[in-house]
Amino acid sequence: MKIGTPKEVHEGENRVAMTPESAVQLQKLGHSCAIESGAGERAGFSDAAYEAAGVEVIKTAAALWKECDIVTKVRVPTDTEVKRLREGQTLITFFNPGANEKQLKMAAEKGATVIAMEMVPRISRAQKMDALSSMANIAGYRAVIEAGNNFGRFFTGQITAAGKVPPAKVLIVGAGVAGLAAIGTSTSLGAITYAFDVRPEVAEQVESMGAQFVYLDFKEEQQDGAATGGYASVSSPEFREAQLAKFRELAPEMDIVITTALIPNREAPELWTEDMVKAMKRGSVIVDLAAEKGGNCKLTVMDERIVTENGVTIIGYTDFPSRMAAQASTLYATNIRHMLTDLTPGKDGVINHNMEDDVIRGATVTHAGAVTFPPPPPKVAAIAAQKPKEKPKELTPAEKKATELAAFRAQTKSQVTLLAVGAALLLSVGLVAPASFMQHFIVFVLAVFVGFQVIWNVSHSLHTPLMAVTNAISSIIILGALMQIGSGSFLVILLAAFAVFMAGINIFGGFLVTRRMLAMFQKS
Amino acid sequence: MDYGFTTAAYVVAAILFILSLGGLSGQESAKRAVWYGMAGMALAVVATLIGPGAGLWLLSLVLISAGGAIGYVVATRVQMTEMPQLVAAMHSLVGLAAVFVGFNADLELGRVLAMDESARAGLEGFAAVLAHKSGVEVSILRVEVFLGVFIGAVTFTGSVIAFGKLAGKVDTTAKKLPGGHMLNAGAAALSVVLGILYFNDAGIWTLVLMTLLAFFIGYHLIMGIGGADMPVVVSMLNSYSGWAAAAIGFSLGNDLLIVVGALVGSSGAILSYIMCKAMNRSFISVILGGFGGPQGAQMAVEGEQVAIDVDGVAAALNEADSIIIIPGYGMAVAQAQGAVSELTSKLRAKGKTVRFAIHPVAGRLPGHMNVLLAEARVPYDIVLEMDEINEDFPDTDVAIVIGSNDIVNPAAQDDPNSPIAGMPVLECWKAKQVFVSKRGQGTGYSGIENPLFYKENTRMFYGDAKTSISSLLPKID
Repeated sequence: MKIGTPKEVHEGENRVAMTPESAVQLQKLGHSCAIESGAGERAGFSDAAYEAAGVEVIKTAAALWKECDIVTKVRVPTDTEVKRLREGQTLITFFNPGANEKQLKMAAEKGATVIAMEMVPRISRAQKMDALSSMANIAGYRAVIEAGNNFGRFFTGQITAAGKVPPAKVLIVGAGVAGLAAIGTSTSLGAITYAFDVRPEVAEQVESMGAQFVYLDFKEEQQDGAATGGYASVSSPEFREAQLAKFRELAPEMDIVITTALIPNREAPELWTEDMVKAMKRGSVIVDLAAEKGGNCKLTVMDERIVTENGVTIIGYTDFPSRMAAQASTLYATNIRHMLTDLTPGKDGVINHNMEDDVIRGATVTHAGAVTFPPPPPKVAAIAAQKPKEKPKELTPAEKKATELAAFRAQTKSQVTLLAVGAALLLSVGLVAPASFMQHFIVFVLAVFVGFQVIWNVSHSLHTPLMAVTNAISSIIILGALMQIGSGSFLVILLAAFAVFMAGINIFGGFLVTRRMLAMFQKS
Repeated sequence: MDYGFTTAAYVVAAILFILSLGGLSGQESAKRAVWYGMAGMALAVVATLIGPGAGLWLLSLVLISAGGAIGYVVATRVQMTEMPQLVAAMHSLVGLAAVFVGFNADLELGRVLAMDESARAGLEGFAAVLAHKSGVEVSILRVEVFLGVFIGAVTFTGSVIAFGKLAGKVDTTAKKLPGGHMLNAGAAALSVVLGILYFNDAGIWTLVLMTLLAFFIGYHLIMGIGGADMPVVVSMLNSYSGWAAAAIGFSLGNDLLIVVGALVGSSGAILSYIMCKAMNRSFISVILGGFGGPQGAQMAVEGEQVAIDVDGVAAALNEADSIIIIPGYGMAVAQAQGAVSELTSKLRAKGKTVRFAIHPVAGRLPGHMNVLLAEARVPYDIVLEMDEINEDFPDTDVAIVIGSNDIVNPAAQDDPNSPIAGMPVLECWKAKQVFVSKRGQGTGYSGIENPLFYKENTRMFYGDAKTSISSLLPKID
C-alpha cells in the first residue's frame, strides 16, 4: 500500500503526520511512502531528508490524494480534502467526529474509511497510538514555557548577592496528561507547584511528580475516574462550590495558573472566575489550555494573549503542539506508525482492517460506505476499578503491648513444650537404652542443638560456601573407613579402601572449592 | 590400647568444625573459617591414623593422597556456574562411602561374633570395640548400621540424579514412574520389613536388598522433583549425607562422626527450611514434587509485552540515578555474570547507585547468585537480600531483571488463585521502569504467566542475556 501525507492546509499549522524516521519504519511494514513537497518544512524536515529515507516527494496535494491508498494527516480535513477521498481509500487523522457530522456523511458516501486518532480507546494496548496523550503532553510542557515567557520573574527561588528572589508559585488545575506534563516541567524549573483534580485517586501521581495536591474539605463520595474511561466527569454543584472556594483562597498567592480541565464532549467548566483573576497579583500569568472549548476562565480569548486591567496575562493559544512542531510531529508520526502496524498484522504491506479489534473498531468512524460512529463500548474495560483500600488498623500502645505480650507468651509456650517433649523423649530412650548408647546419644543431641544455633547465623549470601564446607566436613566418614581398613577380611579392606578414596576426593575438593569461592567475595 | 590422645584431638576437631560453620556468618570471617575446617579435618584424620586406624596406614595415606589429587584438580578446574552439580556429585561420594562403611561394620560384626573369647581378646581397632558389646548393644548397633546404610544409599542415587539434572545430562522436568509416590512408599515399607528381618539375624542379604531398595527410592524421589525446586533438593541431600555420617558414627561408637554428622545434618535441614519458606511451600510438597493444580480461575493477564532495543535500554540507564539488578538462573545459564559485572562497574563509575537484589531461591543452589556475582568481581556489599532491598524499589529509576521469572511475579501478591500465591517476591514492578532480559516469550519453571511482563512500565529486552548485556556496554557513556 502507498501511504501519503499532504501539507497541512490549516493556517498556522506546522506539524506533519510523517517524519523521515517514521517513514523508514512504515517501509519495514511493506508499505511505500509519499509526501507532498514542503509538507515537513515548518516542522524542520526538508524534502531532501524524506528522499534520503526513501520517501517519494510529490509536487501537488491533488496528485498525492490521487495516488495514495492511505492518507495520514494531522488536522481535521477541510471540505475540499474530504471531497478528494475515493472508494477504498483510508484517511488517518484527527477528525473530531462528535461535531463533524457533515464530513462523516461525505466520507461515508465516498466509500472511504476514516480513522479518527482522537477516538483511539484508552486501554493499555492502545497507548502507543494515543495521539491525544502525546499532544497533551506537549501542550502541558509548552504551557509552562509560554507562562515563563510572559512571567517577569524566575521560577526558582534564589538568594543572590543582589538580593533574595522568591520562588514562583504555580497552580495546575486538572492532572490529566497535559496537567502532569505541566507539573513535571514546572517542578523541574524550580517552582513551588500545586495541583488540583476532581479525581482524588490522581493525588498519588501528582505527588510522585513533586507537586502538592490541593485537597478539598469535602466529604461526598467522588466518582472513580475508572468508570468514565480515565476522564473526568461532571461534578455536583456542592462539590463545585467547595472547589471554587478553595481556588479563591489560593488565587492571591499564585503567580502562574495553568488550567487543563476538560470533560469529553462538553464545554469546558468555568473554574477560574473573574473575581479570582482580579484577586491575582500584577504580573501573574494564566494559561488556559481549555481555550478551544470555551476556556476554564471566561476572560480567555481563544488563540490570543490578553492582559487584564490589573496586569494579569491570560494566554488562550490552542496551537501549543504546533508551536513545537518538530517534537509534536515526531510523536504524532510515531502514533500513526503504531496504528498502521496494528492495521498491517502480516508486515506484508497489506491492510487488514479488522473491525473485531477493539482499538481499530473504536477509532474507525466510517468504513465500507457506512458511518460507524459512535463505536460500541470496548470489550475490555479500560482501567481496572480501584479496589477500596482497607486502612490498616492503628493499634493503640496498650493493644500493641498486649499483642507483643501474647506473642512472647506463645513463643515461650512453644519453646517450653518443645523442651518438655524433647526431654521426655530423651528420658524414655534413656530408660531402655544401655549407658554406652546414651553417652553417644547425648553427644548427638547436643551437636544437633549446636548446629541449629550456629547455622541460623550464616548469612544468605554464603549459603553456597556453607554447602560446600558442610559437604567437605561430612567426609569425616573417612574416620570410619580408616578404622576398618586394618581389618583381617579382604572384602572389608576393599570396601574401606574405596570409602577412604572417595572421602579423600571429597575432603580436598570440598575445602579447596570453598576457599576459592570465599576468596572471590570482596568489598567495594 | 589407650586412645586418650585421639579423644582429645577429636574434641579439638569438633570445636574447629563448629567454629568453621559459625564463621560463615560474614564474608570476612568466612575466609578464616574455611582454614579452621581444614585444620579440624587434618587433625581428625591424623589422630585416627596414629590411633585406632593405624592398621594399613600406608595404604590409607596413599588412597587419601590419590583422592586428594583428584579433588584438587576438580576444585581448581570447576566453573562457578557448575557449582550446583559439583556439590551434588560430592554428596553422592559421601553417601556411597557411608554405605560401604556400614557394610563393613556388619561384616566385621559377623566376623567378631563368630570368634571365641580368646580370639576376641587379641583384636584391635574397630573389631576390639565390637568385641566388647553386649547383646542389646549389638542390636542397637544393627539399627544404626541399617539406618546409616539406608540414608547413605538414598543420598547416593539421589545425588547422582541431582547431579545429572543440574548438569543437564538428565531431563530436568519432574518425572515419575507409574505408581508415583506409592512406589516410594512401597519400597520404604519393604525396607522396614527387611530391617526387622535383619535385626533378627536373617543375614547380610537383607542389608544388600535394602540397599538396592534405598537406591531406587533415592533415584525415584529426585526424578520426581524438577527445575526451581533444585535448591531444596541439594540442601536436603546435604542434610541426608550428614545424618548418614551420624548414624555410622553411632555404629562405630565414634563421637566425632556423630558431632559432625549432626552439624551437617542440621545445617542442611535449616537450609531446606529457608528455601521452602522463600517459596512459601511446605517441605513435603517440594519433596513430593511439582506444583499443585491451579486453585480456581487465575486472573487473566491484560495488555501486551512491549519489546525494546539496546538503544532504548542504554538511554534509560544513562539517565537513571539508581538501578537495581535482579539476576536469576537465566544469568547463570547464559554465563552473563561477567558482562553484568562490567556493566555494573561502568554505571558505578558514572556515580550511579547500582545494587543487586537476590531472592533466596534464585538459581539452582542456595546462594548460587552470590557466588556467581562474586566470581565476576561484583563487590558483595552492593549485593542485597530480598528483605533488605524490597522496600527500595519505589525510589528506583530502573530495575533490570536478568533471567528470572517466578521470583518477580506480581501474581504471587495480587492473585490468590495463582499457584505461587503468597510466595515472597521481589517487587521490582514498583520501580519507575523495568527491563526484562529474557530469551523469548515463554513462561518460567512453574509455567505461570507473569503479569510483570505486561505492566505499563515494563519493557522486554529479548535475546540471550550475555549478548544483550554486552551490547549495552559500548552505549553507556
